Amino acid sequence: MVDTTPATAVQHADPAATPRLHDVELTINGQTHHLSIEPNVVLLDALRERLGLTGAKKGCDHGQCGACTVLVDGRSMNSCLMLASMADGCDITTVEGLAKPDGTLHPVQQAFLEHDAYQCGYCTAGQMMSATAILNDPSIERTDASIKDAMSGNICRCGAYKNIHDAIKTADARLNGGE
Amino acid sequence: MRAFDYTRPGAVDAAIATHARANSAYLAGGTTLLDLAKINIMQPDQVVDINGLGLDRIERLKDGRVQVGALVTNTALARHELIETHYPVLSQALLSGASTQLRNKATTAGNVMQRVRCPYFRDGTSPCNKRDPGSGCAAIGGVNRETFAVLGTSDQCIAAHPSDMCVAMAAIGATVSVMGPNGPRDIPFDAFHLLPGTSPAREHALEPDELITHVTLDAPPGGARSGYLKLRDRASYQFALASCAAQLSVEGGVIRAPRIALGGVATKPWRATDAERMLDGKVPSRALFEQAASAAFNGATAYEHNAFKIPLGRHAIIAELGALTGLETMQEVS
Ligand SMILES: Cc1cc2nc3c(=O)[nH]c(=O)nc-3n(C[C@H](O)[C@H](O)[C@H](O)COP(=O)(O)OP(=O)(O)OC[C@H]3O[C@@H](n4cnc5c(N)ncnc54)[C@H](O)[C@@H]3O)c2cc1C
Ligand code: SF4
Ligand code: FES
Ligand code: FES
Repeated sequence: MVDTTPATAVQHADPAATPRLHDVELTINGQTHHLSIEPNVVLLDALRERLGLTGAKKGCDHGQCGACTVLVDGRSMNSCLMLASMADGCDITTVEGLAKPDGTLHPVQQAFLEHDAYQCGYCTAGQMMSATAILNDPSIERTDASIKDAMSGNICRCGAYKNIHDAIKTADARLNGGE
Repeated sequence: MRAFDYTRPGAVDAAIATHARANSAYLAGGTTLLDLAKINIMQPDQVVDINGLGLDRIERLKDGRVQVGALVTNTALARHELIETHYPVLSQALLSGASTQLRNKATTAGNVMQRVRCPYFRDGTSPCNKRDPGSGCAAIGGVNRETFAVLGTSDQCIAAHPSDMCVAMAAIGATVSVMGPNGPRDIPFDAFHLLPGTSPAREHALEPDELITHVTLDAPPGGARSGYLKLRDRASYQFALASCAAQLSVEGGVIRAPRIALGGVATKPWRATDAERMLDGKVPSRALFEQAASAAFNGATAYEHNAFKIPLGRHAIIAELGALTGLETMQEVS
């Protein structure tokens, strides 16, 4: 998809001082997007405001809550602390890309559904992206303690942690044959 | 976020030349810089993205030292075989820091250069000699608990250095290699971070436009063991209240080449050299560890809300030394 409308995330007092726009190519959930974007636009805002991908949420905007977690080249990252320009050429997965095109849920999504692993749902996309990355990462041990530690960058203000943890264990069993 | 220009040079000399042209900041992982740019605490007109410089390798040098590129991520460093095998203290310190997502993004040089977590520094309005030299320090008579130091403070600034990684590097011994407009130079790790003294705005030994290219870890002595203990308000994803990085070997029943560094309690990654001297050549015992731990906090200054860090820091030392020497020390400490 080619999108050439200028970014609007920042208002400049002095238009003459407006930094030049940057052309960025992002592959998101398998689809290539070309954006012309101001340098100070973070990936989270580009996803939400420019591309209509509102699954990733803005909780804190400072790397503290994990609601904005997406996968960049397979690794979980806070999209609020990453310029869209830094992601040029990267392969990005958001929560919108987890399910199969036919609508079949990803095992992590299915497990979250079965375990009722949310209340308000605001943190859920970030939780599922972190869980997906962790379950793909053989360096993270499959003990309760290390899963909890690896997930600690995702805050749930409703306190659904117990069900989130149980959902991750179920998804692990289905994906990796864990207990 | 404030507006800035963005460039992504492909070579170190181009990055330095570009940086010199404006009020600039190097951009590595961005987890400190963008955080602080959003609240106007850092105000670059230009960011120079250094992710294209190829400084992301870890190599063992012929002399046994390990050279870590400035852009190696905290995750990649923590999980690297050389680090897990020869520097467990570094791997543990890195994995105790921040969150999975942040470690995937944060880099070695960025971690060395991270800014203090003092809430008065971050609020943008309180008197703060670090942010606004000469304005005073709101923390000294304020709520000075978790992110404040008891060692290396001055009457100008008491903010603790927040890094876990740097505490491990201080214990291991390291060299920071930089490149600048006047060429390359090496800075010993202990000399890199500066005490606040009368100029808390000056935090490190970099000259204008200098870029960190590598951090090289000293070779550990034969038979060395090492580990990191971090004590904090919750079990994960929290800065240290007190932490201890230790590396030593035990030969013929006595401690050799002890290295101890402290985090959370000091204004820079803190070598406890008095404690090291006390341990060297001695038979491990609980009494010895208590003496060394006390020596480490000689001259500490407690502030209204952080006096607990002195006994907590001593506990951290005693427990980590106990873990490394196989002594059971996790009992009540006087
Ligand atoms: C919510 C949260 C929790 C955290 N918890 C912890 C914790 O528990 N323990 C811990 O240790 N840390 C913690 N951190 C801090 C984190 O480790 C740092 O933000 C990170 O290491 C910075 O690295 P970066 O690559 O993202 O740096 P950047 O943000 O890219 O850069 C930081 C600074 O370094 C400069 N810089 C970067 N690279 C170079 C270079 N090569 N040469 C010269 N200057 C350079 C930049 O200009 C900037 O001033 C936390 C951070 C957040 C947001
Ligand atoms: S402790 Fe340091 S950083 Fe915090 S308000 Fe005082 S001068 Fe500023
Ligand atoms: S919105 Fe990015 S971590 Fe909170
Ligand atoms: S479900 Fe509400 S914040 Fe997690």
